[in-house]
Amino acid sequence: MQVKNRLRPFFENINFDRKDNELILNFGPQHPSAHGQLRLMLHLQQEQVVKAHPDIGYLHRGMEKMAENMIYNEFMPTTDRMDYIASSSNNYGFALAVEKLIGLEVPRRAKVIRMMLLEINRLISHLFWLATTALDIGAMTVFLYAFREREYLMDLVEDYCGARLTHSAIRIGGVPLDIPDTFLPDLKKFLDKLPQNIKDYEDLLDTNRIWQMRMEEVGVIPTELALSWGCTGPMLRASGVAWDIRKEEPYELYDEVDFDIPVSDKCDNYARYKLYMMEMRESAKILYQVMDMYAETSTELMAHAPQYISAPKLDIMTQNYSLMQHFVLVTQGMRPPVGEVYVATESPKGELGYYINSQGGPYPYRLKLRAPSFWHTGILTDLLPGHYIPDVVSIIGTTNIVFGEVDR
Amino acid sequence: MAQHQVNYTQDGGLPVALTTIDKVVNWGRSNSLWALTYGLACCGIEMMASGASRYDFDRFGTIFRASPRQADVLIIAGTLTKKHAEFIKRLYDQMTEPRWVISMGSCANTGGMFNTYATVQGADRIVPVDLYLPGCAPRPETLQYGVMLLQKKIRSEKAIKAQKPKRLL
Repeated sequence: MQVKNRLRPFFENINFDRKDNELILNFGPQHPSAHGQLRLMLHLQQEQVVKAHPDIGYLHRGMEKMAENMIYNEFMPTTDRMDYIASSSNNYGFALAVEKLIGLEVPRRAKVIRMMLLEINRLISHLFWLATTALDIGAMTVFLYAFREREYLMDLVEDYCGARLTHSAIRIGGVPLDIPDTFLPDLKKFLDKLPQNIKDYEDLLDTNRIWQMRMEEVGVIPTELALSWGCTGPMLRASGVAWDIRKEEPYELYDEVDFDIPVSDKCDNYARYKLYMMEMRESAKILYQVMDMYAETSTELMAHAPQYISAPKLDIMTQNYSLMQHFVLVTQGMRPPVGEVYVATESPKGELGYYINSQGGPYPYRLKLRAPSFWHTGILTDLLPGHYIPDVVSIIGTTNIVFGEVDR
Repeated sequence: MAQHQVNYTQDGGLPVALTTIDKVVNWGRSNSLWALTYGLACCGIEMMASGASRYDFDRFGTIFRASPRQADVLIIAGTLTKKHAEFIKRLYDQMTEPRWVISMGSCANTGGMFNTYATVQGADRIVPVDLYLPGCAPRPETLQYGVMLLQKKIRSEKAIKAQKPKRLL
């Protein structure tokens, strides 16, 4: 199809079979609503899409290959750059996979802090989703409001780990730091405000005529289609399947907290929007419960496994053997036992899975990332035909795809 | 501007000098730097945050435009991959002169942590870059400071300099 050796640029020598008066519209990769670098080739019959072909790979950075040449701890910052809107959930998925591989038990305080980070990241991601989708559809006010609330959460994460966007706040075997003193009061202050904020967004959007026209009955994903494309997360739950990995295979302390999974059987964009709003409320509910758990935990933050995890700083500084182990772990890396593991976690966008194949060496033999957005991009092939061009933008918005995750 | 007494009969005594045209044009250019929405990866999120409510880019006169025809500055925010490289060249060519390029973040500066087969090791291999911002990802404050530095650079340039045709070799 493409003549690669021609001097003309790659994109200009694509030949299409044209039998009728179909128009071929190239959407992206630089498009303000393409959520990064999505390129769609849309076959149009007047304004109606008859065939859609998503073209991905514009942000392919070769992360899976990078992982094969890195020790396990070294790969952690790279996972930040996958789903960069909620980096801690990527960190967490990778840390959990390695912990499963070597059979580590994480201290309870670390679990509590991880839960806090995960849910804060879920809130950040959902607020960001609301902001960008509203902006794509033309609601500038909601964009500014949602970003304002998001900044409070970014500040909280910054107080904890020092980074705004790429946290690396979760390590294999626990968390590196305890939360600062101001963290819990600030979080509580934010959470007390959040229901009113969500209500503000809903007041602006719920019965807004433009919003309803762009969202209702648009982008309908029937349950079978969602299942056959491997949709997860809000995409699947908006199509009437109550599937949340936090409930199905609880990890961390999700079996100890009380929360609901919002489900809708409307299957359209509007259902997905309502679902995100309800999930934010559920996240707040989880955070309240986790905050109460924090006080009852002991101060330990990292798992005790000298073979894999460095000793606490005090031991490294005072005991020779701990220092030697730390040196070996930093220079050569941990060597998990031979085996393979697949661990799925519920990231804000859906099922985020890590498959690690270890041959006993310090580098993973193979690391496969199962990112939810990849499958949510694929469904555009079946979802877009029949819709009009403006609907394409709102559908891409509600699928909530992030290209760091699609292309890796 | 001209509050002082001017002796018009004196040689060169007119109240307008050639350099003030430079200043006026540069004043206009530097205070209305319209940027292209070109979020490639993580830095794009911080770029959006700079444009949003807390950091409020509008007060610098920086408004994000979706079309390269309306943009003055190209902020390369994120990892530039080899597959995408031809598009950045195309977008840069579509922008009208005078135009400036900010390379935001380690990936756009040097390839950053992604030293792989797929990544361009520095956006300056594809388009000329005026300003490099360090960080992974740079904070919105960094981008604001970068835009202020770019304004400073524009003010120190000659206004007509950019209209000279650029020689490729």
